[in-house]
Amino acid sequence: MRQAMGQSRSPGKSIMLTSGFAVALAVVLIPFYWLVVASTHSTADIFGSPPPLLPGGHLGENLASLQETVSFGQVVLNSLLIAAVYTVCAGLVCTLAGYAFAKYRFKGQNWLFGVLMLGLVIPNQVTLVPLFQLMADWQWLNTYQAVIMPNLALPFGIFLMRQSMAALPDELLDSGRMDGCGEFKVFLRVVLPPMKPALAALAIFLFLFQWNDFIWPLIVLRDSGSYTIPVALASLQGVDDTDYGAILTGTAVAAIPMALVFLALQRHFVSGLLAGAVKE
Amino acid sequence: MTTSVPQTRTAPPPARTKAKRHRPRRSARRLAPYLFLLPAAALFAVFKLYPIGRSFFLSLFKSVDGVDRYVGLDNYARLMDDPLFWTALRNTGIILVVQVPLMLALATGLAVALNSALLRARPVFRLGFFLPMITGLVAYGIIFSVLLNQQYGLANWLLSLVGFGEVPWLTDPLWAQISLGLALTWHYTGYNAVILLARLQTIPAELYNAAAVDGAGTWQSFRHVTLPGLRPAILLTTVLSTIGTLQIFDEPYILTRGGPDNATLTIGVYLYQNAFQYFDFGYASAIAYVLAVLIGVLGLIQFRVLGDKS
Repeated sequence: MRQAMGQSRSPGKSIMLTSGFAVALAVVLIPFYWLVVASTHSTADIFGSPPPLLPGGHLGENLASLQETVSFGQVVLNSLLIAAVYTVCAGLVCTLAGYAFAKYRFKGQNWLFGVLMLGLVIPNQVTLVPLFQLMADWQWLNTYQAVIMPNLALPFGIFLMRQSMAALPDELLDSGRMDGCGEFKVFLRVVLPPMKPALAALAIFLFLFQWNDFIWPLIVLRDSGSYTIPVALASLQGVDDTDYGAILTGTAVAAIPMALVFLALQRHFVSGLLAGAVKE
Repeated sequence: MTTSVPQTRTAPPPARTKAKRHRPRRSARRLAPYLFLLPAAALFAVFKLYPIGRSFFLSLFKSVDGVDRYVGLDNYARLMDDPLFWTALRNTGIILVVQVPLMLALATGLAVALNSALLRARPVFRLGFFLPMITGLVAYGIIFSVLLNQQYGLANWLLSLVGFGEVPWLTDPLWAQISLGLALTWHYTGYNAVILLARLQTIPAELYNAAAVDGAGTWQSFRHVTLPGLRPAILLTTVLSTIGTLQIFDEPYILTRGGPDNATLTIGVYLYQNAFQYFDFGYASAIAYVLAVLIGVLGLIQFRVLGDKS
């Protein structure tokens, strides 16, 4: 139905537009292609003239160098564990809260929601110093929980879930209650199953957020054994005689789970992002 | 799009009806939302509200020889006389008034094209242009810093093929700002386009048909149908981009560490330097509070200007 725009126009225009976009997309994707190429070359090759345009055979050496300088295996494990635990826990916290806001009417509701959404507007930087001191007081520096805990109640996640849950018909919940389910059982058995696309979108969002988060892990992870991938890569970049081959290999490795998660769930992701806005 | 149409699935069979007690349903239902909210509220109070308050308290203190001394609003007064703070503010402001509008215009064009039947293979483009968004900030900062290397980077090599001289992407103050803007645009345009696209799809086709009947051309229907319809999404992307820009840290930190000559020193980077390199927590907290106020004020203005006039 929204094909209405321009559907009667000439195919020539369409071909021009499409090929123009193909060129633009190619430009946008150059950094990705180049990342793959560069991660298989040595630093000397990368900065050679002309720069390498096709994959080389230096991948193994780059990985070995990463393992040696920042124990990359441990770093990847740190990142995976932190992101996975965070996604599950934050997903639960945000979904529960979003559900409460979407499907119940209670005293202080608007007020509470307003306070939580304050977190969207107040810059993260305001909390960095006191949070760091809190972590230091609790002796949580260099621990997983220091990275995971502070962002569990993510305002955007709560907002997203409230939006998605609002579309759920009340009758469905009531029928669950009629069947003798308690409130929590209704949530588990009746609310969650049809929410799968929204949950997938939330999960992707949370995973990527944590996987890519930089400033907070940079602050609380001071011991190189506890580094996440972004922190480890940034630490490599600062030194003299930077091994860019290794850094770019690490960057490429860091992109793999993201690409997998995204490709596997992208259908849900886009539909989840568009949920509430699209009415067809 | 199949957005979670809940099937009236038969809930698990009401087993053991005889064991069904007369539970105090009403009170359970009244209590439930609070229980559901408890984890989020508790975590938020400890890790967000407390630090927000504490930060203001800290901004009133100055550490002298390891002892915190109450100095009132001295940190704020010092900010006003700090040339580096003004530089950071100006740099951040430049991104805000130059890069953000350009990016949003680009995103709007992209969204309109992605919504147009003239474009073939739309799902591919939609996915492709969104891809930069999932790249981590550190990752793309590193990629860009290598791509834009003055002597050896791919960008200058490609430019040299068509006869351009070496561009000092990251070493010249003005070029460093341009590079930062390019990196930001590369990363966020697709994301904004998705938000705009979502809104675009809610504009009824009849409006376009009516405009066509009235003899409106492509530009006029864009101007009088598309843009007004997009207003809420434009507001949302503007506010989000403003908040993001004012807090910007990762990109300048990775690309240029705020240099050269402080050309890419943003408020976020300056705050980080003060807090975690000079360990001047009081001063950093004052910067954070000024930043929060700026974000609040700009957000309000944007709501006023772009908000509902309809």
